[in-house]
Amino acid sequence: MSNPDNPQPAPEAQGSPPPEVEEAPHRPDEDDRANGPWHHVLRSITTGNAAVGVLSVFLAVLVGSVLILATNEEVRASAQYLFARPGDFFTAAWEAISGAYGALFRGSIYNTRVDDFQTAIRPLTETLKFAGPLIAAGLGVGLAFRAGLFNIGGRGQMLIGGAFAGWVAINANLPFPLLLIVSILAGMVAAGLWAGIAGVLKARTGAHEVIVTIMLNYVGYYLVLYALSTQGLLQAPNTINPQSQPIPDEGQLPKLLGDRFNLHLGFVLALVAVVVVWWLLNRSSLGYRFRAVGENPHAARTAGINVGRTYVLAMLIAGSLVGLAAGNQVLGTVTSGVNSGLDAGIGFDAITVALLGRSSPLGILGAGLLFGAFKAGGFSMQASQGIPVDIVLVIQSLIVLFIAAPPLVRAIFRLPAKEAS
Amino acid sequence: MQLALRNVTKRFGSLVANDRISLTVDSGEIHCLLGENGAGKSTLMNVLYGLYQADEGEIVLDGEVQHFAGPGDAMAAGIGMVHQHFMLIPVFTVAENVMLGHEETGFAGSLDLEAARAKVREISARFGFHVDPDAVVEDLPVGVQQRVEIIKALSRDAKVLVFDEPTAVLTPQETDELMQIMRQLRESGTAIVFITHKLREVREVADRITVIRLGKVVGEAEPTASNAELAALMVGRPVELTVRKDTPKLGDEALVVSGLTVTDKDGLVHLNDLSFSIRAGEVLAVAGVQGNGQTELTEALVGLQDHVHGSIRLDGRELVGRSVRQVLEAGVGFIPEDRQVDGLVGAFSIAENLMLDRSFSAPFVRGGSLQLRERDEFARQKLAEYDVRAPGITTPVERLSGGNQQKVVVARELSRDLRLLVAAQPTRGVDVGSIEFIHQQIVATRDAGVPVLVVSTELDEVVALADRIMVLYRGRIVGIVPADTPREVLGLMMTGERPAGAVA
Repeated sequence: MSNPDNPQPAPEAQGSPPPEVEEAPHRPDEDDRANGPWHHVLRSITTGNAAVGVLSVFLAVLVGSVLILATNEEVRASAQYLFARPGDFFTAAWEAISGAYGALFRGSIYNTRVDDFQTAIRPLTETLKFAGPLIAAGLGVGLAFRAGLFNIGGRGQMLIGGAFAGWVAINANLPFPLLLIVSILAGMVAAGLWAGIAGVLKARTGAHEVIVTIMLNYVGYYLVLYALSTQGLLQAPNTINPQSQPIPDEGQLPKLLGDRFNLHLGFVLALVAVVVVWWLLNRSSLGYRFRAVGENPHAARTAGINVGRTYVLAMLIAGSLVGLAAGNQVLGTVTSGVNSGLDAGIGFDAITVALLGRSSPLGILGAGLLFGAFKAGGFSMQASQGIPVDIVLVIQSLIVLFIAAPPLVRAIFRLPAKEAS
Repeated sequence: MQLALRNVTKRFGSLVANDRISLTVDSGEIHCLLGENGAGKSTLMNVLYGLYQADEGEIVLDGEVQHFAGPGDAMAAGIGMVHQHFMLIPVFTVAENVMLGHEETGFAGSLDLEAARAKVREISARFGFHVDPDAVVEDLPVGVQQRVEIIKALSRDAKVLVFDEPTAVLTPQETDELMQIMRQLRESGTAIVFITHKLREVREVADRITVIRLGKVVGEAEPTASNAELAALMVGRPVELTVRKDTPKLGDEALVVSGLTVTDKDGLVHLNDLSFSIRAGEVLAVAGVQGNGQTELTEALVGLQDHVHGSIRLDGRELVGRSVRQVLEAGVGFIPEDRQVDGLVGAFSIAENLMLDRSFSAPFVRGGSLQLRERDEFARQKLAEYDVRAPGITTPVERLSGGNQQKVVVARELSRDLRLLVAAQPTRGVDVGSIEFIHQQIVATRDAGVPVLVVSTELDEVVALADRIMVLYRGRIVGIVPADTPREVLGLMMTGERPAGAVA
């Protein structure tokens, strides 16, 4: 308790039955205003403690192991004579699991099976390459979370941002660094404005951003598809495929470690974004207002903060961060041209990354790297061990599930309940 | 019947909410449990009612040790409880509410409503309650709803009735009626435990008084004890109960409100044609039962209401139509009535909360960047100046007690250059010691020549702070009267009656 002289019997952190709160009369609608169920859920999901994040990963890996066992032929075969020769079963089980996670490690960090260092370290650079857009988009979702907004529109923002970045790169005739810069900015601005639509609608009409951003995903997807199928917009000349021309060299993110590695400047841009967002949230007055509105819009409004304007600004910035992720994809990772799959699931993975990173820039950096590793390692798991890539995705999904249900993780590990707010 | 609690101890983690508390109540006796918010009164009663299990100690009824697993057991043993927040279903009738949980049923589970109605009429008649069994609860005034709670407890043959802060929601008249009812119940042989922190009520009805502080019984007192003695027991030190203030040095009319009408988005009128003024260096206290337009009035003054007609002029400048930020920057300090909803961001630190309405410009923001050193220095200074009891300026305010939270709000609002202070329920849910402090700050603000509008549903507070009193009823001004107007007159005005001689 904070006050040694006057401890209230409100030891919220200690758990078990909430003790009395001898308060003056409350108006019945107060609780709804302050801590509507939705607000409370949002807050507890996005700001759960770090232990829950780590334990969620641990649990997911554990359940993933069970799935690996269940899908492994040898393990299943040996299980049939488990009691006759239990050794076989355990050997097979150990090999399946260690093989699987070993492959994950070799595919994502360091390949121990090759002698040449440059080849061995390649998986790590792949991890970083995949992590770049995940981090940037994760920042976009996380920043919106901090302002009290559920940005489910990452996919649409990716598509719109990527389409504009690609269009500028293909059509603007500029020399190297300039074309790249203009293209990236175009993608960020376009995605920011696209996300801003949801912010404006929420601020002006109260339309819920979850609904709006989800539906804008569809709108964005079909708009981009239309542009990709229309000559004169994005479609490459003399083709009928919904695909643009390749990105010219002047508009591409340069490779960081030479042509042997795919890692490009996009990862560095994502790191810069981490620093910028950290400053924005923790050291700027705008970020202070974002957080105030996210934590308690009533108090923010009473203190003279324009809540609606704050929502719009938060969505603009969130969208532009997702747009940076799109630029990362279109101008760096897949330079063969814009297509309707440029999002590559990043728009939705970003939500997971933001949740796992607890909406803090550094947490998102860590979560983005972890998911980048999953992406890079998933392929080698499949290739070397014959483990369906779906199992990797199952593990990822389980992490989300455990994170989104903190009480579940707390119950499993008997952590004290989070204090009531 | 005699109820005895013996050495009841209840812990929550490391915190001892009740520490070896013993008390007895006999039939035909009103035993007052007096203590500040957070002293452990409600915890004790929840143990008695079976909602919590005591870690140590026992509950004894007529010499028999009881083991209550839940409220059902407590009720069966003859203990009834009238909760602070009524446990009634608003859309049910009185009879339906009374029978709830003990429904008498006929063939195939059909409800025997007639039996419930008869019971309501019978109890109603016995105590002169005038409660219609077929009235829908949500249509009844708060005082009558409380009687329904009492009827509900009595219908289960409660021999011991616990009243948990029953007067918090009542008008002065309803409070007097409740006191009368409690006396009647006592005459009929009911044992009553009356939990409160209001001294006047205690002295009015109590036969015995037990004072609890920090989870311990700190003393017993006679009903003849003075307010000052009781307050000192409760707080643990002598407390100044009356606000010391000099005669106001009145300046010019600073705030002039005329024809103020506030409606909600459905066009429902919450404030109807209010006109009043406050002079510099004057406290105008707004009295009235909660929900008669006070919230709308304070929010309209600060720009938080959307549909405002009429004029609010502060030092000649029109405030209607301005944004909240513009109003605050014009020098209006605002202590909102619900600090947790409107006043503070619970997860924010004390330092962050202290800059909540100053996030746009110096001293805490320069070039869009937070000035953490200035802010933290300011926070440390205010922490000391306002005696906020907290481990440090980085403590989240949601960890603070109500009184300390409110001090943070008051510190923030009073540390700007004010031209008007609007304080809504400035001491609600605040301990006695902090009340004293906050009142002093409000008076000091007045003495600095700032016009002050105080809204309170506590008549004591209104009388203590006011230079003039404005009574609101159903969104209209009943009258504006001098501060020395008798309580009975004010109570009457709060029900909408305009006594002769009151100036509108």
